[in-house]
Amino acid sequence: MLDFLRQPWPWYVAGPLIGLTVPALLLIGNKALGISSSLRHVCAACVPAGIPFLTYNWRAEIWNLFFVLGIGLGGFIGYQLLGHPDTIAISAETVRDLKAQMHLTDFSGLLPKELFALENLSNWKGWVFLVLGGFLVGFGTRYAGGCTSGHAISGLSNLQWVSLVAVIAFFVGGLLMTWVFYPMLF
Amino acid sequence: MKNLKYLVLGVLFGIVLTKSEVVSWWRIQEMFRFQSFHMYGIIGSAIVVGLISIQLIKRNRLKTINGEEISIADKKYNHGTWIGGTIFGLGWALTGACPGPMFAQLGSGVAGAAVLILAALAGTWTYSALREKLPM
Repeated sequence: MLDFLRQPWPWYVAGPLIGLTVPALLLIGNKALGISSSLRHVCAACVPAGIPFLTYNWRAEIWNLFFVLGIGLGGFIGYQLLGHPDTIAISAETVRDLKAQMHLTDFSGLLPKELFALENLSNWKGWVFLVLGGFLVGFGTRYAGGCTSGHAISGLSNLQWVSLVAVIAFFVGGLLMTWVFYPMLF
Repeated sequence: MKNLKYLVLGVLFGIVLTKSEVVSWWRIQEMFRFQSFHMYGIIGSAIVVGLISIQLIKRNRLKTINGEEISIADKKYNHGTWIGGTIFGLGWALTGACPGPMFAQLGSGVAGAAVLILAALAGTWTYSALREKLPM
């Protein structure tokens, strides 16, 4: 059992468990799965600055911050305590393409160190991948009214056509970055 | 501590995201390059299980463990759905992380995730400040 837990989990184990989070949140407290809202609550709690969109009773949504804190702890337990292979077993084609197109050489870790190590903040890579990337995620998710959890999982599970539009847009953005902008950057 | 149950569920959710490598930039790149079924399998099966669960809850009029009615608000459309969605997609492919995985990455020991989260907060704050001026 412990051996299984240490291995990377296959999609058919992880996907259904992620899906079960939707009814679990509904059954324990009538909450809709959605993670990007936590970013808004933190802004409302820390720097509301008189902005109407940040002036609301964020304390009523504090469950969301507990959930997100849990995700952080889960990352620690899943990666550090249970342990995980140092290199993610991505397909050979992806490795080949990333070597050729993005000049990556170090394939260890959850994220490429050549792009996401803090030292990269001294060059353009850190500013594009860490700062601009994070900014676009925070700006875009709130503008879209949800992220992968709120729209793709929660929204599509509840047959919301708005969420289908959002998920298609997520992919349009992701494909544009991967296929059009990455080749310009590297 | 009525919020403790959300913390526990968050821990389980975070473990699943991490062990299935959803939190990995490599896996997201593989997805956007259509070179593996892994991410599609996870998102697809999660939706199927979520959909069946919601139908069961609705048809059986299940209540929460505290006996409250369960109601799910409808998502409302505005132009932000596709404009914001595309902006998020650009960021998703750059960072390889949606908001949940950023927190899991930080917990797993990736220092850069702290910068990602701060930048995401700055993005959400900026959206909030500009909201009235943006097309909706």
